Parts: sequence; structure tokens; C-alpha cells
Amino acid sequence: MADKYTQLVNQGLGKNVAKRLGLPQPALLRRYHPGQPLIPGPVVIQGDSAAADKLGTELLSWDLDIRRHAVPGEQLGAIILVLDEVERPEDLGRTVLSAAASLRDLAPSGRVLTVSRPAAEAVSPAAAAARQGIDGLLRSLAKELRAGATGNGILLAEGVDITSPSALGAVRFFLSGRSAFVDGQFLKISDAGGTLPQDADIPLAGKVAVVTGAARGIGAQIARTLHRDGATLVVVDLPAAGDHLAAVANEVKGTALQLDITRADAGQRIIDHAVQRHGRLDIVIHNAGITRDKLLANMDPARWDSVININIAAQLRINEALLASEHFSQSPRIVTVASTSGIAGNRGQTNYAASKGGVMGMVRATAPLLAEAGGTINAVAPGFIETEMTARIPLAIRETARRLNSLKQGGQPADVAETIAFLASDSAGGISGEVLRVCGQNLVGA
Amino acid sequence: MSIDGQSATGPDQSARPTAGATGLRRAVVVGGNRIPFARAGGAYAKSSNQDMLTAALDGLIARFGLQDERLGEVAAGAVLKHSRDFNLTREAVLGSALSAETPAYDLQQACATGLETVVGLSNKIKLGQIDSAIAGGVDSASDAPVVVSEGLREVILDLNRAKTLPQRLQILSRLRPKDLAPLAPGTAEPRTGLSMGEHQALTTAQWKVSREAQDELALNSHRNLAAAYEAGFFDDLITPYRGLSRDGNMRADTSAEKLASLKPVFGRNLGADATMTAGNSTPLTDGASTVLLASDEWADARDLPKLASVVDAEAAAVDFVHGKDGLLMAPVFAVPRLLARHNLTLADIDYFEIHEAFAATVLSTLAAWEDEEFGRTRLGLDGALGKVDRSRLNVNGSSLAAGHPFAATGGRIVASLAKLLHAKGSTDGRPARGLVSVCAAGGLGVVAILESV
Repeated sequence: MADKYTQLVNQGLGKNVAKRLGLPQPALLRRYHPGQPLIPGPVVIQGDSAAADKLGTELLSWDLDIRRHAVPGEQLGAIILVLDEVERPEDLGRTVLSAAASLRDLAPSGRVLTVSRPAAEAVSPAAAAARQGIDGLLRSLAKELRAGATGNGILLAEGVDITSPSALGAVRFFLSGRSAFVDGQFLKISDAGGTLPQDADIPLAGKVAVVTGAARGIGAQIARTLHRDGATLVVVDLPAAGDHLAAVANEVKGTALQLDITRADAGQRIIDHAVQRHGRLDIVIHNAGITRDKLLANMDPARWDSVININIAAQLRINEALLASEHFSQSPRIVTVASTSGIAGNRGQTNYAASKGGVMGMVRATAPLLAEAGGTINAVAPGFIETEMTARIPLAIRETARRLNSLKQGGQPADVAETIAFLASDSAGGISGEVLRVCGQNLVGA
Repeated sequence: MSIDGQSATGPDQSARPTAGATGLRRAVVVGGNRIPFARAGGAYAKSSNQDMLTAALDGLIARFGLQDERLGEVAAGAVLKHSRDFNLTREAVLGSALSAETPAYDLQQACATGLETVVGLSNKIKLGQIDSAIAGGVDSASDAPVVVSEGLREVILDLNRAKTLPQRLQILSRLRPKDLAPLAPGTAEPRTGLSMGEHQALTTAQWKVSREAQDELALNSHRNLAAAYEAGFFDDLITPYRGLSRDGNMRADTSAEKLASLKPVFGRNLGADATMTAGNSTPLTDGASTVLLASDEWADARDLPKLASVVDAEAAAVDFVHGKDGLLMAPVFAVPRLLARHNLTLADIDYFEIHEAFAATVLSTLAAWEDEEFGRTRLGLDGALGKVDRSRLNVNGSSLAAGHPFAATGGRIVASLAKLLHAKGSTDGRPARGLVSVCAAGGLGVVAILESV
């Protein structure tokens, strides 16, 4: 559910008043439901590289309405700027400006997507400038979009083709309602790994997934989303949260494992449960986490240590067990929950930000270790998400926090869950070591 | 053969085959789930039996992924039961995540209800009538039925049958003020008018069980239960309920001094011999428990664990009405009969789970088994049945610490014991063996043997 203000300004009188007073007008975002069209309207592909043609051909096979030239006045579902061959900053203008005229025709919750190469891998200063320029361009454009439209970028590592499984998987993710609250972000496709699902409606069919901290909030929603996408669930939470956990397990028709993840044997117990009960283990979602906020000057060891132990040390221990297990070796996936606090910092959260920064460091360093088994590890960094936890923030602070992004609203637990489900899927096999923000392009942070 | 009609089976008859040897298949305990037990009037004061049993079922379903499963049968019961709960177990099943096509029945055998559901359903599995089952029990001392007087009840029923106004007025005129007072449920034995505690006080005095021994047993119960919680033993046996994640009655910090300071509450007419206090007696408790039972095939097909098999059980009853035996002493007779049937002695048992209705109940039972004279004259043995190794007794605590929601106690014990046995496993090819003993009102007792799988 959208927050009350967002509901108010999206109907009759409230809409009128907000418009006249110049108040923020957050849109009701297009969110994914199985069976809905991937994108509501034609997709214009701008750019003259070979990749643009290949992408067009591919998207046609998805039964999308593809245009290489926009017809002014026709409402568009998405605009894709293919800029993978730019060599100098001057190369950007042609493609970008030809798209500019179409921006006003972008439908509510429409999409702008750039496809380019990482600046760090450029062979010349000019190429690096052009590639890095796309970064600034996209982040600015995302802030100009209205009515729930978002802008995101796909970075193809050198040698990775636009038709590689993960590039196409990312295109599908960003066009769809699954990425509703992902805005102003780049996602790097590292290699040609991954496979596209046989049935795009149940991309996790046959997978066994473990979700920690699943008794409530974002964790419970992750379990629901992975279940909807076809996975068999093991939901994990503290024994003291067992009643809520049981309710989630029964809802997603999985099994409940009451377990303190900080126990030394937690990783092995998770593996044993998944393998004994469900025959395999494919996906682990590290969602369990706590906050114990205090200014560092007032911090006590209990607050500091519990946050570090639960939010990052436990994940490291569990990952060690996973990496050592023969049962976690068939294209395994780890997705962990970081936080924009770990990127931008947050007053009163030195312990929490240290743990979440740690999560991102862990993800980058673990990616090469998992690669040997064809596995990936990634993080999502949620911004302001509407949960029981954020509902306890005092009203004024909460109201400010949720409007401080390009979409002028807090995200839903489902938005985080959708991103995690994508990163956990086979089609994301070429994406590893990445941190993807789900923050509506929050004004703080990178 | 014993001289008093309590037929203890002698060694010559003990060759009767066990279930396994008869070609019947095994019934195994897959696991269990209960809600933490709460003191009456506490966390579950507003919870009905149906609420609690449904919660215990749903936790079990979640633990083992039984959503939408059509199980062979679910049997449970409550000792304190509202008349509206005539189909309590079936209603709980319908409110749970199980398939609505799972049959269910209620069973009632006082405090042995929970264990008897395990026994009955295991037998059905062994016979091949069903492949899977959930046994359970629930009781609320908080949400107990309150009954109207016999006078008022008769008037209401007659009014219902009356056809004319004058008839109705005539019936109503029979009402007297005293008929309007509600009757709270009593725990007194109908035939003696004595409460269970007063009955036990007589037995306690008869077996000369000391206050110190009772307090020591109570202290161990609390300490063992608290240690089991700390070790995470209950992590996969309990699902929290209504804000409670541990048994509300448990006092991890109690001490011999604290227990010694309590005044006797039962047997006070015995004067200085009164030894039974609130500390060494179980409190009135609310709670529910469940046990998942299955055939090997059913459990294997679902990749479910198998903790222990339910080997055999025996029920007994004593004539407490005429004072021949103590009200809660039936297990004293049931256990030797069950052991004899399997050619076992007390020394063959790795874990004893003797329900702590009162500390003195356990100690009277042990005293009777250690008594040469009693063994010869009442149990028909050559001497004493034997000594229970106290280090094997109620090792993870029992009812004194956990509390005793009457019908839920059997399920609590069976699930915990099955987990213990599985952890111990076989030694030199001999499975770990556990003995459950539950006494009950009406002079009843049910005992059972479980073996590790």
C-alpha cells in the first residue's frame, strides 16, 4: 500500500489541491503482478550500434512493440538509449537528443534505460569521459522524470554482449514493475553467465531458497516473492519470533527453521535443514539485521557488538559454511541486504553503517570465491522502505525521509523483495559482486 | 501372579512378541511442537483451547512443511472442556494450515489424554490403517467452563419442553436463589471429594517422602529445564505464542532456600508431616502440544526426520476409592507389566520421563519400585522392581518447572523424549530406550516405551 499522502494526492480533490499548492505529487507506482504486460506501451530503442539492432530483434521476440523512431504524441512505455560504442563525449549528443523529444510522451511509470560500457574499462581518456558522462546524464535524467517513471543503466563489461542472459535479464527487470523503486542506478553485467528461465512467470521454479529474518517485514515479503516466483522456501528467524515465522512458513508453504544465526553452527544447520528436507540448497538471502542506534559518543559495547555480530559477522560465518559445502555448488546465489546508511552514512548509526558497509565489502570479496561454482553474490541497498520498523520513526522525520527521493515516496518491502528475487534468479548469473540500490534515487548517498 | 488382582506379567509370559516382531510396521515420532506453557490467568488467560491447539498445530505444520497435507488422522483432547468444544480437534484442524480433508477425533483420559493419543494413533499406524498422524492435547485452566447448578439446568430444560404459558410459569416458580450461583469446575475426585493434592498427600505420608527430597526434585526440574532452554534444546520443539517464548512457570533462579521457605498447601491436617508446597506441586497451567507420527515410508517419502519409534504402551488403574493404593500410583503397576512384556528391567532404560504431577508423586513411585515387600506382594515379583538411576530422570525438566496443562503434558514429554533418544542414538547396536510414565485422575496411569531410530 502506498502511504496515506500518496493515496490522497492521487485522487479527486487531493490531487487538485496538491497541484495548485505545488505540493509533492508522488505517483502510484506500477508494480509487478504475474501475467501483466512487461511494459505498458511501445519501446523506443535509440542508438546506432549493432547492439541496438540486436536488442530490438530480441525484444520483438518478447512480443513487445518496438520502435526505432518515436512517433511524436504516441505514449511510450520505455526509451532505451544504446550507447555501448561511444568513443568521445561528442558521440553522446546524437542519441541523447533524439530521445529528448520523446520524453514528454513517456507513460506513467515508464522507463528510460541506458546501455553502455564501464568507464573503468575504457581504453582511452576520451572513451572513459564519454562512458562516465552517461553516469551523470542518467542520474540527472532520472531526477527529471515524472509520474513514477524511472531511469536506470546497464553496464556491459568488455566482451559481454547485449544478448547475454544477464543483460537481457536486466533489461526485463528494469522494464518490468519489479524495478518500481529502483531509480537512477547502474547495474554491471560482468560476464556472459546465467540462463534465461523457461517460464518468465516462475523464474525460480525448482530452486530451494533460505531467507533469514523472515518472520516479518522485508524478510517475510522476500519469502512471499520468492515463493510466487516458484522457489521452495526455508524461512529462518530467532526462536522467539517463531509464531510469526510459522505464519509466514504456512503462507508460503515452506518450512520454518527457528535458529539464531549468530550461533557458530548456524551455516551448517541451514545447509542440513535445506538438504534433508528439500534435497538441495540454491539460494541464501541474508536479510536478518537489527539496528541499535546511538551517537558514537554514547555507544556501549552491547549495542556495537550485537549489530556487528548479527548484521555482518554472522553472514561471514554462514557464507564460509556455504562455500565449503558440496551442496552449495550448482550455480548458487547469495543475496544480502545492505543499506543506503552503509553508503552515505547516517547520524546515530555508526554501528549499523559499519555493519552494512561491511556487507558491501564482503560481497565484492566473496564474488570471485563463488565464481568457481558458477555462483554469484550481490547486495541490495534499500533506502526508505515502509515497514513496521520505519513506521515507528517520529512522524515529521518519517515524512521528510520518505519524500527525499526522486519518486517522493517510501518504497514497499515488495520492491526490495523483487530486486532480490531477480538477483537470485538464473538470469542474473552474469551479475556478481554488485550492490544495487532500491531507494527511489534517494538524495543522500552515491 | 500377584495376590491382589493387579496382574503383573511374570517372566514366563514375557516372550509375547513386540509390535516389531509381529510383522507390524513401526510408528515413528517425526517431531513435535508445543506452545510455551503459561501459568493460569497469565499470558493465555484469554485464549481458548481451540486457539491454543490450532497454534500448536500450525507451528508443527510450519516446522515440517505440512501445509495442505491430508494426514491420516489428528487426535487430541482437553481435560477441562466446554460442551461447545464437542469436536475440538476437528475444529482446530479446520482452522489450521492442514488440508480440510484431514479427519480428527477427540479423546479424553484425564491427564493421560496426550499420551493416549500418541498410543492410539501409533497403533493405527502400526496396523496400516493410517500412514501419518498428529497426536496432541490442550488445556486451559484459565478459560475453564463454568457450569450452572443442577436446579437451574433442570428448569431450563423443562422450560424448553413446556408448551403453554401456565406450564412455563409453574416451572419457573421452582427456581430458588441458590440455583443461580454458577459452579466453577473442581479438581476434586468425584468419589472421594478429595483434591488431587490431598490424595497425593496421603500417599506422600504413606511412603514417608521427605520435604527435602521433594524440594530437591523440584529444584532439579527448574534447573534442568532452564539448562535445556539455554542449550537450544527447545528451538525445534516450541513455537512462541502470545508473547511467551519460554514456559511461564519456569524459575531458573529458584533455590533450595526459596523452596524450603514455602508453607505446605496440601495435607495440612497431617501437621508436622505436611510436606507438599506450591513449589513442589504443579501449578494450574494453560498450553497445548502436538506430536507428528508416521510410518517409515511416509516420513521417508517426505524427507522428514525420524527420531524415535513408539514401541509399546500399557495402561493401569488403581482402587484409590477404598484406599488400597494412592490416587496417582497406577504407573507403579503399569511399568513392571510393560517392562516384563519386553524382557526389560529399569536398568535397560536410558531416559525416564516420569510426569511430575507433584514431586512426591515421582518420589512415591520410585519408593514403591525400590520396596522389596511391595515388589513381592503387590507387583508379583521376586523382590523390588529396582532403582531408577536419578541421572536419567527428567533430564530436561518436567511438569514442576514447565507446568502441566493436563492433556498437553503427554505430547510435551513424547516430543522431548524422542529428540533426546535420537541424539543419544544406538550404543553397540542397542537403541536408546526411554520410558514415559503419566499418572491421571481416577486412579489411572498410562506408560510407554520409545526407542531411538
